[in-house]
Amino acid sequence: MSFKNKILSYDIDADGIGLITINMEDHPANLFSPDFMETFFDVTKQAIADDKVKGVIVTSSRRMFMAGADLKMLEKEVTDAEAFYQNSLMMHKHMRDIETGGKPFVAAINGHALGGGLEVCLCCHHRIAVDNPKTKIGFPEIKVGLFPGGGGTAKAPYLMGLQPAMMAILQGTNYTPAKAKSAGLIHATIDTQEELIPAAKKWLMETPSAVQPWDDRKHKIPGGGLFTPNGVQTMVGGIGNVRKLTHGNYPAAGAILSVIHDGIQVKFDRALEIEARYFTKVIMSKEAKNMIRTGFFAIQDASKGKAKPAGFDKYEIKKLGILGAGMMGAGIAYVSALSGMDVVLKDVTMEGAEKGKSYSTALLKKRVSRGKMTQEKADAVLARIHATDDPNAVKGCDMVIEAVFENPELKAKVTAQTEAVLEADKVYASNTSTIPITLLAKASDRPENFIGIHFFSPVDKMPLVEIIVGEKTNDRAIAAAIDYVVSIRKTPIVVNDSRGFFTSRTFGTYCSEGVFMLEEGVPPAMIENVAKTKGMPVGPLAVTDEVSLTLGILVYESDPSPNKLPEQDRFYKIGKMLVDDHGRHGKKNSKGFYDYPEKGKKRLWPELKTIFKSDVETLDKETVGKRMLHRMALETFRCLDEGVLTSTKDGDIGSIMGFGFPIYTGGALSYIDYVGMDTFISECDDFTKRFGNRFSVPDSLRAFAKDGKSIHEYGKSAKSKSEIGSMLEPELVAYANSIGIEATVDDLKKDTLAKVYAQLGY
Amino acid sequence: MEAYIYDAIRTVRGKGNKKGALNTVTPTHLVTQVLKELRAKHGFDPELVEDVILGCVTQVMDQGANIAKTAAQQSGYGDHLCGVTLNRFCGSGLESINQAAAYVKSGFSELLIAGGVESMSRVKMGSDGGALMMDPAVALPGHAIPQGVSADLIASRYGFSRNDVDTFAAESQRRALAAEQAGLFKSRINVTDVNGITMLTKDENVRPGTTVETLSGLQPSFAMIGEMGGFDAVALDKYPEVEFIDHVHHAGNSSAIVDGASLALVGSEAVGKKLGLKPRARIKSVGVMGTDPTMMLTGIAPACRKALKKVGMEVGDIDLWEINEAFAVVPLRAMQDLGVPHDKVNVNGGAIALGHPLGSTGCMLMGTVIDEMERQGKGTGLVTLCIGGGMGIATIIERV
Repeated sequence: MSFKNKILSYDIDADGIGLITINMEDHPANLFSPDFMETFFDVTKQAIADDKVKGVIVTSSRRMFMAGADLKMLEKEVTDAEAFYQNSLMMHKHMRDIETGGKPFVAAINGHALGGGLEVCLCCHHRIAVDNPKTKIGFPEIKVGLFPGGGGTAKAPYLMGLQPAMMAILQGTNYTPAKAKSAGLIHATIDTQEELIPAAKKWLMETPSAVQPWDDRKHKIPGGGLFTPNGVQTMVGGIGNVRKLTHGNYPAAGAILSVIHDGIQVKFDRALEIEARYFTKVIMSKEAKNMIRTGFFAIQDASKGKAKPAGFDKYEIKKLGILGAGMMGAGIAYVSALSGMDVVLKDVTMEGAEKGKSYSTALLKKRVSRGKMTQEKADAVLARIHATDDPNAVKGCDMVIEAVFENPELKAKVTAQTEAVLEADKVYASNTSTIPITLLAKASDRPENFIGIHFFSPVDKMPLVEIIVGEKTNDRAIAAAIDYVVSIRKTPIVVNDSRGFFTSRTFGTYCSEGVFMLEEGVPPAMIENVAKTKGMPVGPLAVTDEVSLTLGILVYESDPSPNKLPEQDRFYKIGKMLVDDHGRHGKKNSKGFYDYPEKGKKRLWPELKTIFKSDVETLDKETVGKRMLHRMALETFRCLDEGVLTSTKDGDIGSIMGFGFPIYTGGALSYIDYVGMDTFISECDDFTKRFGNRFSVPDSLRAFAKDGKSIHEYGKSAKSKSEIGSMLEPELVAYANSIGIEATVDDLKKDTLAKVYAQLGY
Repeated sequence: MEAYIYDAIRTVRGKGNKKGALNTVTPTHLVTQVLKELRAKHGFDPELVEDVILGCVTQVMDQGANIAKTAAQQSGYGDHLCGVTLNRFCGSGLESINQAAAYVKSGFSELLIAGGVESMSRVKMGSDGGALMMDPAVALPGHAIPQGVSADLIASRYGFSRNDVDTFAAESQRRALAAEQAGLFKSRINVTDVNGITMLTKDENVRPGTTVETLSGLQPSFAMIGEMGGFDAVALDKYPEVEFIDHVHHAGNSSAIVDGASLALVGSEAVGKKLGLKPRARIKSVGVMGTDPTMMLTGIAPACRKALKKVGMEVGDIDLWEINEAFAVVPLRAMQDLGVPHDKVNVNGGAIALGHPLGSTGCMLMGTVIDEMERQGKGTGLVTLCIGGGMGIATIIERV
């Protein structure tokens, strides 16, 4: 008999070998989903019951074997732990029926077998993969806050040994087929796709065994079991290192250790219960939900350019002009040439331009030496970068990115110079990190084509690009900037103009809050260590040193606005005191909050404790952590409220990818949900009283919190102008209140209406 | 009802490695010998002894299956003699005395033998597994770190330098050697083999000539595990005010790994009269206290305060202190915390020089302090130990 549906096909050949070929026609990839499981288990059950079938091959007719679990199914909120657990046990039962049915199964792995896909393979008694080094085999679940829950965590130690299994799952390692074989995940590799099915069949005909190692009493765990010196060291060291790396913020990591620790000591079927129990716990965690929502879906959408305004064809960039060959210009040249663009790298002097190009030379050399690129390809990339000191060389460019020194007059000069030769419909972008785009666009004859494309340093490593929309920037320029960022394989967010835009402005609050606590007497080590414990990659003092205290002073002094916030004044004064009185400029002169000895690690400058009268009792560590994270979250919300950010997802993505806001929270806006909106507000209220008005909660957030909704619903309740216009007065008042406007029926209706329009920007 | 210590004796301590003098005799042999010695010394009727309460930390292999009962059976006291083995980690030997005292004070028992044993050369420390360090569900939320890293954390947190801990260690060696030379370890017995041949007559680990200079060359013992095992970072997670862990401890300023056993005869006033024994000390107060498991070894001061408070005493009322030298920083921090001068503490050296046979040490310190109180004619003494997992134990005694 044979069978086919939109999930897979099943055929039996003359020798009694069943062939299951997975091809999920309705999906962009084969995915481990409920639909798949239903059909797959039906077919395997038939095969096992069928006396004519000697053995079964499982393969795929797609490019990949199976890409992993269907995260859409996991994104849905799991609320019933018992039901989820029972479902998991049911799945395990079906998988165990395959393993213990007495009939040999072979996985013929033709392409990527990841996560749930690998777990399908592990149900098979034998695994052969085509030896394509581009094929990935492994458990990537940890990257979305999960772990293998289809038997993979319980099985991996039997195949790989305790320590390699633990590392592979904790790190989400992808193996090539050759490496998967030496690691013990698969049994054999085969050179070509054509040989794959015959090899699988050969094994079934010649040496089949239908016993899994975890069911074989004679099987020894590679490297020894848990209660061996090696096992004890692995587990104890594993626990220490998991806390070192996760600070207890990622429940999946601890669960992986527990599944291995608890599971390896009992019969395999009971180990699956343990795995299912912890998987249920982790899937219900806020952290996993956040990492799936932001870490997977939101970043994936943004990286594909989902924010691109509709109705524009792809903006083709064959030739890109870059003005200024400093560190940023040089980095932008490298990533653009790498993506296939011809790059004109212009600097004031030929020497400067060549120096900028040499940055690419060095990076390419490293790639070649690491075997990640051939010499020919590297030569071709380098040949695409044309260093020049001629301003007219950008003629014929499809886009120009300006990356000169942060000086408005200088920028105005190069804008005029460039527009003189650039075709009128081409987009001109500034990589400024501090100066408002609208201000810079004043120097342009075509402000509608003028946009900000803000890269982060180092450009080749930082994945985020902030696109800044000036007052007159049109949708076409936005579309072009998004197309450009997507084509260099980075992730764009689109923000409206504001001093510091989104990322610099918000990240500045992190540095300043750290410095304020230092001033108040919190020991410097406590500030730095708590920041890391909360999941920030670098402490606020260390990062201020990186930026340099001198730069902070410069930015403050060059900001012409007369009404600076008290926190800006305060931050400035502390910095000024450290620079002027103590010569602490930052990392550049090896003296900042830290000392930077020529040899050895940086250490906090011991005098800080004296200058600021540090006392460990000043604040508890919970408050220290919350002050930093709450303040960033609050500033991000203000950006959303002011329209600097146009979506909560951009705030989340920008904070995670731009300045390392911890991903387990879902990002700086999801953080408000993570803490709990009511708790967040009441803690900010408390902080306002104790630490100052910078923690004051906007009325709009306070009003929104009454609805008990997720922060991701914020702003979505905005009604259209005509809807509002047709509201009756009481309805209008209620609506006004709901978006944070104080209004009563005693006010004039037209005043309330005007306030509402103003708030919504109509 | 009052509880009295009629005697407290111990074996000499052998180095706890494969070359150690006591490596070739079992822990049961050690305990049995002390049991026999105690009976021979005082000639009491063994029928009157109800139970043997024995502290032992690593209760597997030679030390498994209730070694207290095993030794009781071997002792020749008679089938009536019971045995119970307890584990309060390093506080075990003192805990068994405290439990015996509680039996006596309650009137449930008249006479018991309490003490401890550890043959660290035969049964490796940590070989009994357990969840504290190894079960992720316990160790991850518990911020579990190895004791040595805890000791280094205390030094880093409370500002004890390498020189401070080495100075303390050298002094421990100096005092122990002086006590040995002056013959002050009155309650110590030799260990003999099955033929009665003497195996060891002095505490084997004492190192004459130890100075800060000789110690200065030793490499830190816990830097590697602190880094590779991630434990320095775990410690900083809990104590973020510490910038980094200064690994000051090494083999020369940590307690020595040794073999040994010790026992105390604990009973009521009436039983003493019946046997014609004169009590050496009365147990006045006891206390245990749990503390943070990561810093782990700072339970001494709170346990002492608790024991003192129960009987309306103050730190200054104690004449002599025995504070177990698990790591040099432990007594240093305890003295700093309590405000006790070094000249009242461990006057005849401590575990850095003499060794720390885990389950036995508490009872050994009891014998040491009673000997010294009698020699100096002092009235009150306090024995205290820090305990794994974050606990402290203290016992206050007075001479009668």
